Amino acid sequence: MATPVGIREIAPEDAREQLAEPDAPLLLDVRTDRERGVSYIPGSVHLPMAEVEARIGEVSPDPDRPIITYCATGRRSLDILPTLAALGYENGASMTGGIVAWQALGYPTESPSALDEEKLARYSRHLLIPEVGIAGQQRLLETSILLIGAGGLGSPAALYLAAAGVGRLGIVDDDRVDASNLQRQVLHSTEELGESKAESARRSIEELNPDVEVVTYEERMSSENIDRILGEGWELVVDGADNFPTRYLLNDASVWHEIPVVHGSIYRFDGQATVFKPFEGPCYRCLFPQPPPPELAPSCAEGGVLGVLPGIIGSLQANEALKLALGIGEPLIGRLLLFDALTTSFSEVTVRRDPQCPVCGDNPTITDYIDYADFCGVPGPEAPRPATAPAGRSPAPPTPDAAGRREALQGRVGNTVPSGLAPPATPRETSE
Amino acid sequence: MTTVRIPPTLREQTEGQAMLEASGETVREVLDDVAGRFPALRDRIYANGDLAGFVNVYADGEDVRTRDGLETTVTDGSTVILLPAMAGGR
Repeated sequence: MATPVGIREIAPEDAREQLAEPDAPLLLDVRTDRERGVSYIPGSVHLPMAEVEARIGEVSPDPDRPIITYCATGRRSLDILPTLAALGYENGASMTGGIVAWQALGYPTESPSALDEEKLARYSRHLLIPEVGIAGQQRLLETSILLIGAGGLGSPAALYLAAAGVGRLGIVDDDRVDASNLQRQVLHSTEELGESKAESARRSIEELNPDVEVVTYEERMSSENIDRILGEGWELVVDGADNFPTRYLLNDASVWHEIPVVHGSIYRFDGQATVFKPFEGPCYRCLFPQPPPPELAPSCAEGGVLGVLPGIIGSLQANEALKLALGIGEPLIGRLLLFDALTTSFSEVTVRRDPQCPVCGDNPTITDYIDYADFCGVPGPEAPRPATAPAGRSPAPPTPDAAGRREALQGRVGNTVPSGLAPPATPRETSE
Repeated sequence: MTTVRIPPTLREQTEGQAMLEASGETVREVLDDVAGRFPALRDRIYANGDLAGFVNVYADGEDVRTRDGLETTVTDGSTVILLPAMAGGR
């Protein structure tokens, strides 16, 4: 015989019967995010105990609708009834024995697909943050981020993004591990001297977190391969390149592919970081329309760098990438962060979109790849364009504007240009 | 006085100094004051009497190109930052 809702407890058998009725009571799961992440009763709405007072009105606008609460064993779900009653929800009953009793009877439960027990343990510190939670962690596990360079900046960025559970990481690097790298490039170890950096990075990442799929590109980014690489589903790029031609090339391509770039650069004790989000904020050319002459642009190999500096700037890049992936906080769009390791001080300057920008401005004049080595006044690494356009590349005339360039790009790479950023992750676990 | 911050790649021209005090009511006057003391710096940051295209100059956090260029006014306590791009990542 069914126990009427309205008294304080209800047996799981009776609860199940009532829940099958057309005007079924609301089944309220008052457990924590973590418990919910393991398994739950289908059709239940999740409202952790601490949030009942604030959110019951949103979850159940009609106070007269009967409610059945459950937790793990039936204790907390009983304790919450007076709170519900005080808020006007007097038709509440707690399911005796909770989900444990429900499962013991062989009744069905469901588990969220992405987070098994292992993931709940691994990412527990993320799950505790309301801005991340289960929905945010699932989002990270579905995010694809491409790292240009597995060197000073790429090392900490890759390790922290992997540890955070970013599901797919791409590494573009054609270099090999050298002894002079080990003072700062923490992805690599003494044992890996002479090995491919991309493969060394893969090993370090997979050892840290087997949840991450690593895609390696053992090639130098160039006008010839960048469309193919960026076309492989990357939502974000973390730029840890070590030369101007690659940075300008990446900028132009990322604007045309509409992929945000998290920029970082370092020299001796100084670091810079910002985010270029195409058409929403400035691009690299808006910030630096012209590269410095080579004698004023020494690389770290020429001028040196404090070993920990890329650790700081690369970690800031990882932070920006995670925020962009989660859709939270205020990314460094339109702001260039400057760090001085000698005085341990941060400062910030404003960077605005330039309407005259030759790539992302109102009337772009650069609509296809250029000779970036020549533009930067350096020999290589960006190989000069072949005189004849390769098959598939539209052999000019240049498309009239950036939109036209993007259309041409879509036709050429044969896939949908990524929109760039995910919609903001739900700040906390949703009810179902 | 205005504080002028010198990037590492231009410190050879300022005898290693990263921070200088200079006077002037506009960015041009401030930079002229600095360049008067360090003529090698003038050769680096000016081209044909104007700022070289690769040097960004910020007055109190704003790129002077988006304000009044070298005529952007500064006040006592302002900070002017010289900032060429850096490419290093490895």
